[in-house]
Amino acid sequence: MSSTMRRYNALNVFWNGLTGNKNWDRAWRDPEPKPKYEVIIVGAGGHGLATAYYLAKNHGITRVAVLEKGWLGGGNSGRNTTIVRSNYMMPGNCAFYEHSLKLWENLSHELNYNVMFSQRAHVSLCFSPGQRDAMARRYNTMRLSGIDGEWWALDKLRKNIPYLNYGEDARYPIIGAFVQPRAGTARHDAVNWGYARTADALGVDIIQQCEVTDFIHENGRVVGVNTNRGEIRAEKVGLAVAGSTSTLAPKAGLGRLPIETHKLQAFVSEPLKPLVDHVIVYGVGHGHFYISQSDKGGLVFGGDLDFYNSYAQKGNLPIYSDVAGCAMNIMPMVGRVKILRQWAGIMDMSMDGSPFICKTDVPGLYLNAGWCYGGFKAIPGSGWCFAHTIAHDDPHDINAPLSLDRYRKGRHIDEGGGGPVPKHH
Amino acid sequence: MSGFRLSRGGRIDRAKRLAFEWDGSQHYGYQGDTLASALLANGERILGRSFKYHRPRGVMSAGVEESGALVHLWRGARRIPNAKATQVELIQGLEAFGQNAWPNVRIDVGAVNSLMGRFFGAGFYYKTFMGVLGRQTWEWMFFEKIIRRAAGMGSASKEPDPDHYEIVNDHCDVAVIGSGPAGLAAAETAAQAGLDVVLIEQDFALGGSLLSNVADTVEGDTVEDWQAGRLAGLSSKGGRVWNRTTAFGLYDHGVVGCLERVTDHMVDPHHAIPRERMRILRARRVIMATGALERPIAFGDNDRPGVMLGHAVRTYAERFGVAAGRRIVYAACNDEAYDDAASVAEKGLEVTLLDPREVVPDHLAAMADEAGVRLLKGYVPVEAHGRRGVTGLMIGRHLGGGKARSEREIGCDTIAVSGGWNPAVHLLSHRGVRPVWSDRHLAFLPGDAGREPIHVAGSAAGVPDTEGAALSGRAVAEAALRALGKGGAKSRKAPAACPAGETQPIYEVRVKAPKLKSFVDPQNDVTADDVRLAEREGYVSVEHLKRYTTLGMSTDQGKIGNVIGMALMAEATGKTIPETGTTTFRPPYTPISMGAVAGTERGTHWRPTRRTPMHAAHEKLGGKFVDAGAWKRSWYYPKTGENLTTASMREARIVRDTVGMVDVSTLGKIQVQGPDAAEFLNRVYSNAFAKLPVGKARYGLMLRVDGVVFDDGTTWRLSETEFFMTTTTANAGPVMLHLANLLQTWWPDLRVHISSVSDHWGGVAVAGPKARDVLMDAFEGIDFADQAFPFMGVREGMLKVAGGGTVPARVARLSFSGERAWEVFCPADYCPAMWETLLRKVQAAGGVPYGLEALDILRVEKGHVTARELDGRTTATDCALGGMESKKKSYIGSVLKEREHLTRRDRPTLVGLRPVTEGEQMKAGSILCAQGEVVGDGLGWVSSIADSPVMGERIGLGFVRGGLTQWDGKTILAESPVDGKSVEVKVVSPHFFDPDGGRMHG
Amino acid sequence: MIRIDCPFCGLRDHSEFTYEGDATVQYPALDAPMEDWYEAVFLRENPRGPHREFWRHVGGCGSFLEVVRDTVTHEITEVKLAHPGMAAATGKAAAKTTEKATGGSE
Repeated sequence: MSSTMRRYNALNVFWNGLTGNKNWDRAWRDPEPKPKYEVIIVGAGGHGLATAYYLAKNHGITRVAVLEKGWLGGGNSGRNTTIVRSNYMMPGNCAFYEHSLKLWENLSHELNYNVMFSQRAHVSLCFSPGQRDAMARRYNTMRLSGIDGEWWALDKLRKNIPYLNYGEDARYPIIGAFVQPRAGTARHDAVNWGYARTADALGVDIIQQCEVTDFIHENGRVVGVNTNRGEIRAEKVGLAVAGSTSTLAPKAGLGRLPIETHKLQAFVSEPLKPLVDHVIVYGVGHGHFYISQSDKGGLVFGGDLDFYNSYAQKGNLPIYSDVAGCAMNIMPMVGRVKILRQWAGIMDMSMDGSPFICKTDVPGLYLNAGWCYGGFKAIPGSGWCFAHTIAHDDPHDINAPLSLDRYRKGRHIDEGGGGPVPKHH
Repeated sequence: MSGFRLSRGGRIDRAKRLAFEWDGSQHYGYQGDTLASALLANGERILGRSFKYHRPRGVMSAGVEESGALVHLWRGARRIPNAKATQVELIQGLEAFGQNAWPNVRIDVGAVNSLMGRFFGAGFYYKTFMGVLGRQTWEWMFFEKIIRRAAGMGSASKEPDPDHYEIVNDHCDVAVIGSGPAGLAAAETAAQAGLDVVLIEQDFALGGSLLSNVADTVEGDTVEDWQAGRLAGLSSKGGRVWNRTTAFGLYDHGVVGCLERVTDHMVDPHHAIPRERMRILRARRVIMATGALERPIAFGDNDRPGVMLGHAVRTYAERFGVAAGRRIVYAACNDEAYDDAASVAEKGLEVTLLDPREVVPDHLAAMADEAGVRLLKGYVPVEAHGRRGVTGLMIGRHLGGGKARSEREIGCDTIAVSGGWNPAVHLLSHRGVRPVWSDRHLAFLPGDAGREPIHVAGSAAGVPDTEGAALSGRAVAEAALRALGKGGAKSRKAPAACPAGETQPIYEVRVKAPKLKSFVDPQNDVTADDVRLAEREGYVSVEHLKRYTTLGMSTDQGKIGNVIGMALMAEATGKTIPETGTTTFRPPYTPISMGAVAGTERGTHWRPTRRTPMHAAHEKLGGKFVDAGAWKRSWYYPKTGENLTTASMREARIVRDTVGMVDVSTLGKIQVQGPDAAEFLNRVYSNAFAKLPVGKARYGLMLRVDGVVFDDGTTWRLSETEFFMTTTTANAGPVMLHLANLLQTWWPDLRVHISSVSDHWGGVAVAGPKARDVLMDAFEGIDFADQAFPFMGVREGMLKVAGGGTVPARVARLSFSGERAWEVFCPADYCPAMWETLLRKVQAAGGVPYGLEALDILRVEKGHVTARELDGRTTATDCALGGMESKKKSYIGSVLKEREHLTRRDRPTLVGLRPVTEGEQMKAGSILCAQGEVVGDGLGWVSSIADSPVMGERIGLGFVRGGLTQWDGKTILAESPVDGKSVEVKVVSPHFFDPDGGRMHG
Repeated sequence: MIRIDCPFCGLRDHSEFTYEGDATVQYPALDAPMEDWYEAVFLRENPRGPHREFWRHVGGCGSFLEVVRDTVTHEITEVKLAHPGMAAATGKAAAKTTEKATGGSE
């Protein structure tokens, strides 16, 4: 790590406390764009920032600019429900998400920034023998791949999480749960800021309020971008812009992509004393729900997409109501808890529910997209793999399956079996 | 010193005295009080504790922006955390308690946090606890437990909410939000023009700002008369008034989300009444008359109990007849505060007013003088004194721009602060309309609503004076009329946004020394220094500021502190406020309960329940049910002492031995009619359908467009132009959608009509060696002899029902069980009679009804696939159905199924599995692995299992890379680490029983 | 709530409908080359702005409607029946611009 970054630690916090907190440095610089870089990453969300960090740290590539049209971490990586897990079974996903989870486990230490990764266990509720068996296949695959996962039969589940609706009046009675103990939650902003600060210290220029308006092509290669702050050249350009991928792709020469942009709502309640100690998730009866409690005390929860293409960062009432119903169904004690905020993010939904971290047909252009609504947990792994792919002009084994041409070959990575319809994932 | 009840005045009913409980002691208030006004009247000061430092907090406001007096109400399951005392309507017997404190809010041990405050600056937690040794999270998780317990505000009940809620769908022409002068005028104007109007007010009392401006006149009338007149004008035209209703959000296309508090103000509500009601109001036009919210000024210890918003002090006096204190200092930087100070002084209270200006306009000085307000010109508040409540205020000479020189302490018990007024633009912000900074108002005004059907009136639009607001309301209502094509001849012009007086740009008061702890967001303990720390560390965008410091994330949602925070950031970065950014408000406008948003959807009503027409008959037989999507399907019919396994095995055995019958009504049923019906099906199914003869059925396999198996079922040809299609239970809806899509958008030229008849027909399968005996004489007009009714034959006839009479029936000779079997369908209403009739015959033949579990055993024994195999990833070839697919025609999915990866030979394909060791029970969901290669996703997986009576063991279906070709007869492992099970299994043909099909053809 | 003016049923909440995706996709003949099918099934324009799309009135008449809706503002500028024959029969084949979904007749 560069010596320019003053490390954070408890002593530091104490000393600065005594001296009026006057001596903290800027977390990152506010640099002017240079005319040329080795690599430009478009999008300073978690994925873009992590990519820049790993380019510098793992591959020694420090002439990197991360361009952001707004403020860093302002997209989905700052407006999600912060769940981190690796309970995937499909080849391509399984190894990738576990790699990411392993990076999470050391991330605070590595970045010298507390991302508050709390391994409080991810609990997937089960409601029928058929669902149990389908999930058993997933968790068995995980176990045989060295990933933790276990079955909590009803008695164990009741003991650990007594407040769920196990009653006779439940429309779908709970029969047990599959649990990933190492999974949990993290503080989304801290992840973005931690990567930004550390990447910056390694020499990466994070340039906010810099919108890419077009791409510069020479001899069939992408050699830079035009922005509202002028032309910026680079040997390689990586896209990590989530829901905006389809608007930039044609300009970059990629044409149409197997991506639709949908919006996903999220909710937080007023702060409460500890109530929900795990991440609790379920899907039954066309309902989908996930909830955890933030360290501030707010219940953070969400459910399904709004189910139509949208770039609007605002939700509508039917899903709002559906998600609250899902909450009441499983935790009928939250009826008097008040919702404090409702918001939405725009999701780059792919055709099989799995992402792309790959080279493209356009030389010099790399793509990181298709995160659907599971991109947050992938941030470290995604940055790590994307950096590798850009640095070597070739994917790492871990992300090789996450290619853009997989549909052409019929190699779908469809965890849910929903088929080529984005809203089914 | 503290608050008390004035001897007269206020819109309270002094004849109705109400007893209530505060933290264990009994107090009294009056009808018309809020909990906050009653507590103030009783002299209570410390009502809460702040989030981080646990500093004492009292009442700060008189409304939804309350950031201090957060309490919890009631005990047990009805406990409501984080209630704003300023919004709680006082009722007889109300129980209220302090929260976020131990042992109580007055003596809170947690207050030690504030001693450590210097170490707990904004974002301190990002800088420590990250683990000293690496690759570990235990250190953080240890501290997290402590932090979580300290954080949070109130605690929620862990018992189910005993109340219920509902959602009401509603419509109107014009929704008017807010019943102040602008809202009342707008609502009346629109209603008088013949429009359907709803007037929405969050308070229990109507009037908005009029409630605390009792001495004013409006349009020549007294406030009370004017208000009564407008309401009469509204209701005489059928206008609706919804008080206790918060318009919490504006959504697409003019939809207003409203939350009505129905029973919280009732002492003993009838149990049938919902506690709250969400009203989804579809309005053609929306008028926001949402008023404005006062903001404070940051100065030293401005969070002490007794520091309140200036207008709130007046509201308590005028509306509730409560004096917040005896000696009140108004610390203000705007002209409107003069009116408030004068009004309070007129109640006989000692009032001092600090004006930062050395020179004050004459009319204001005169107003102060007349009311007996002591005016201190050129002064600003520096630091509040009194740890547990205000005992004095250090005042300072104003040097400009909020900078001051401390001068002296003045004694007081209440500090009424006014830093200006922020129009309540929140709802417009929900629509993505950015507010615009006004230098005249020193506030954000609503931006241009563009094509949104929204108008803004009154102080929300920057027209704060009562007269102007009323005019603005009328003008805006006329604009709404015009937009709806009801433009009147005469229409008024809305008054331009114009502040009521001058406001000085003072957001924070600073002195050289001492260092002040000045709160910007008092609930979350965000101080002015925290804002500057964020700036120093580069968290300069408004969103970074908010997230780093938690400014505006408290339950007042930034209503108190957002603008001050932005102003301080602007100052720190040397930018203007509009350059610094705007604030984005998200719904809900005020926090709303989860229960209300969910409505009636909880418990058994969370999702609909579908029952087959024969459900009651299964119940009568003691049948157990299993959920299959929305359906309750009959699962098994246990005899005494039997469980799922033993009962289903008995049922399956009897089907193989004699006969059984099962309810198959949940299958999807689609009528496909028209001259091109055969051609249509031929394109939809992967196997040939064009030449299916009339009177025959065929098993059909449908692929998705990408070539993966979608669904299977049988389709019966009833005539040249009519088919009866069945689908799997789960895919009834998706298949119907798929077919409708094809006919309406792909092939509109095909003359085909489809109708879902799933609910119109119910069905029973009768299966077993004695099935023919059972059915032989059951129908008129159907001959069950083997030649007359061959396998896959379809017949229509009349079922002779028990007790006389006949019912129409469709019968096909199909077999899922592998036995000689028929499916009998009849119209749903006749199904109970059909069941009864056939049951008697089945039982007479020694047979039984069987459920889904036995059905599953029978099909696994035959190697038939269900959704467990057709999981949305498998191809026909994977499922050993590839041979069925036509090579001669093109059909949906035929092109993309040929893609490279879908045709690989090493794909997992369907096999049968038997235990190597007798009695070993493999689990579904196990991973199949070659010996010595127990890793990852292995060779494949176990998709289904069955405890097979005919095989005498647990058998399974699964998918193995290379399939039977490679693995037939070989031993592999079924690994289920989650169940702690590893079973050696032999790979066999999936057709365990009667592989040549002799029984079903016989 | 998005409000869709169904030519058969009138102005209704979008929760009565299911969203059925991009209406500009031309599905090729059943025996067309694989590349054509690949493009139709997997690739999407995904515009930020006006989007021609299908909605099925599943809670009403069952019709597929072709709707032009802005994916940023959700404003609807055109609704017609997707089936050309039905559109012609109901006389609502021509592009129809509502004043704004909320301002239409009820």
